[in-house]
Amino acid sequence: MTQNVVNHATLPNGLTVLVETMPAVQSAAFALLVSAGSVYDPPQQNGTATALADWMARGAGDRSSRELLAELDRLGIQGNETASTQHLVFRGSCLSVNLGAALRVYSDIVLQPHLNEEEFEAVMSGVELGLMAIEDEPRQKVMVELLRRCYPHPWGQPSEGTLADLENLTPDSVRTHYQRVVKPNGAILGIAGNVTLNDVLPVVSDVFGAWTGSNDLTIPALTCSPVREHLALESTQTQIGVAYPSVAYSDPEYYAAWAAVNVLSGGMSSRLFTEIREKRGLCYSVYATLNTLKDRGQVLCYAGTTAERAQETLDVLRAELMRLGDGIGQDELDRCKARAKSSLIMAQESSGSRSASLARNWYHLGRIVTLDEVRSKIDALTVATVLDYVHAHPARDFSILTIGPAALQ
Amino acid sequence: MLPVPGPNRFQNSSLIPSTKSSMLFHHTTLPNGLEVVAELNDAAYSVAFGFYVKAGARDEAVSVSGVSHFLEHMAFKGTERFSAEDVNRIFDEYGADYNAMTGEESTIFYSSVLPEYLPQTFELQSSILYPTLRQDDFDMEKKVILEEIGMYEDQPSSVAYDRAMQLHFSGHELGQSILGSVESVSALTSEQMRQYHAEHYRAGNIVLAVAGNTDWATVLELAHKHCGAWPAGVCPRTVTQSTPAPQSLFVVKDQCQQEQMIQLAAAPDCKDARRFAAELLTVIVGDDSNSRLYWELVDPGLAESAECGYYEYEGSGTFLTFLTGPPESTRENLDRITQIYSDVNANGVTADELEQAKNKIATRIVLRGERPMGRLSSLGGNWLIRREYRTIEDDLAIIRGVTLEDIRGLLSDFPLQQTTTVGVGPMNGL
Repeated sequence: MTQNVVNHATLPNGLTVLVETMPAVQSAAFALLVSAGSVYDPPQQNGTATALADWMARGAGDRSSRELLAELDRLGIQGNETASTQHLVFRGSCLSVNLGAALRVYSDIVLQPHLNEEEFEAVMSGVELGLMAIEDEPRQKVMVELLRRCYPHPWGQPSEGTLADLENLTPDSVRTHYQRVVKPNGAILGIAGNVTLNDVLPVVSDVFGAWTGSNDLTIPALTCSPVREHLALESTQTQIGVAYPSVAYSDPEYYAAWAAVNVLSGGMSSRLFTEIREKRGLCYSVYATLNTLKDRGQVLCYAGTTAERAQETLDVLRAELMRLGDGIGQDELDRCKARAKSSLIMAQESSGSRSASLARNWYHLGRIVTLDEVRSKIDALTVATVLDYVHAHPARDFSILTIGPAALQ
Repeated sequence: MLPVPGPNRFQNSSLIPSTKSSMLFHHTTLPNGLEVVAELNDAAYSVAFGFYVKAGARDEAVSVSGVSHFLEHMAFKGTERFSAEDVNRIFDEYGADYNAMTGEESTIFYSSVLPEYLPQTFELQSSILYPTLRQDDFDMEKKVILEEIGMYEDQPSSVAYDRAMQLHFSGHELGQSILGSVESVSALTSEQMRQYHAEHYRAGNIVLAVAGNTDWATVLELAHKHCGAWPAGVCPRTVTQSTPAPQSLFVVKDQCQQEQMIQLAAAPDCKDARRFAAELLTVIVGDDSNSRLYWELVDPGLAESAECGYYEYEGSGTFLTFLTGPPESTRENLDRITQIYSDVNANGVTADELEQAKNKIATRIVLRGERPMGRLSSLGGNWLIRREYRTIEDDLAIIRGVTLEDIRGLLSDFPLQQTTTVGVGPMNGL
């Protein structure tokens, strides 16, 4: 297969534009990352980034809130604005011929949001209702609360916000925050689809060129200790979340860490699924995943099971995590590689996935990562290198959070 | 988001003439009755294939409620030749992206693979449709199913959907739960499952659909080789009229913060030409963004979500209203929805709204159609239910052709209503 071409340029204001040209598709997708995620929320005002993302899209440039959504629908743009830990994320997909128009609309949202006072109450109500919805979904809540506990504050605080903090947000506080953090330095615009850098650079320069300033806030990350906690809930199942330290995406050992987690939870032949679901029938849903911030990472594990079987599930889960250090089969690693190879090739069918991936790589590594590079890193893995990683970063220092009728040992 | 995607949700249209890549359609019927359809595309990186079995919750006797879904799980427990571990291991060895799903009307087994691994994964995927059903596997998997039921019991939106379908279609096959109950699954025997399998997994009841990068000769060879010996025959489905009467039910869950409401009303069935108008109507009235419900309820922060969707089945269809929000304002929010529906029923929608909805649907279909997996779902679903193939261009034309007059016609026969009401959360009534 031919490799898609990726080009990039950085505007004088610091915005980096990355374009992967995908001749086989008719669509184009973009992902704009602005360093204004929940980690920058002012103290005791967690929820600011999420509120801001919503508020910014409620009228911008010369369009009202309604005109803005009507324009997106008219152009056939599927877009959304969300907050992650590190970024405000603006994403959209459309036919490639409409990409320029899409970027114009989104530049208004980013550079010229109205932030109308009369919309603020509705914004905050939406944030609060979103948090209530998480309260009612214990499967989701257990992972949100696990993250809060396994990363140091504020890196673990939920991008969705914290109920108790919401009353501290005011139109002024959120507007001030916008002025302080929504800046072009370090912003990344990943684009993938049937377009070239030459096609889009004039538009991007035109619509984002006037954006100025920089967000100079730095948020130190301290250390935190493993936590064990149980949240009581009258429910059929007990939700189990387990986290332990791993490495960041930028770490040279990242691919070995990735393989280790995939041996645990890569496909349906992986260890957690086999041991916990297939052999013991303890769970419908069980998985492990590698979560990474810029400078550190955690393996996050999930299992949901009826309360009476929760203790056994947690015991088997922990035992499997620790057993990884005893050895890994060549066949297990080969299956990880095969799955990776397929998913890398199939990623080339999705402009949305490529645009997000380009932007994410630039954030973590400050450079373009081609699919070929990823493939060669994965090809180079051996059982010995993966085991070296596991021995250097053994499964221990677990943070364990459970939600359900009774606490576990 | 609406709680359940629904296997037959409209998913088959696009704005763009696909002139860049040539998609070629092929069809044949094997002597045993297996329908084979393919839409092949040299420009794709992958190939997706799926077996669409006309066997879902509606086809179950009440005494074996949940058997279709349980059987779907049991397929992955393997055959004489492939053990359960083999099945999981081999799919992973070829890097296949594979899964299965069970709905009211069908069970679907599908995979997406690199073209060079099609023969191996096809052999495995096709063989597990006729699993051995070993007793120890059956007993173990029953525990997993019971866990799955427990998981959904803790999700208010799933409980609301399940109860709403039961109530709306009470006494009718479409009211039968996909998962079954703890009681029905616990009581199910492998012998009952074997019998259900023998009746429903006949070649004439199954469609093999293939989309993406392979050639027709390969598809034919694989189909003959691995499916040619499947038992012939069909298992006709009796489709009866449902007559939903207004009813309501509240499932009290005190610890919930919000109230989940689902309301159902009659809509065109899956063979009704008005289904396209119904899809456009629900996008205009109840899409998750820029719809009437969105501006009235979600934008002002009155509800966490408020949506209306269209679901089509054989012989029936539903408009599904979904509302999540604070219990104390649920009554008022439902009244607001009633007002919107009355206004639409009386005055229709505007030309602008229709145009925006057309663009919105078309974009979704174009983007989905860029991946073989996206094309597979419309290819297989359309052939299973309607014996119909439509190109992206056909769908484009249909969507473009829907007029305000069509929407008015639809509304006069199928007005937007709130016939069946189910609430899950703190409330015990309105």
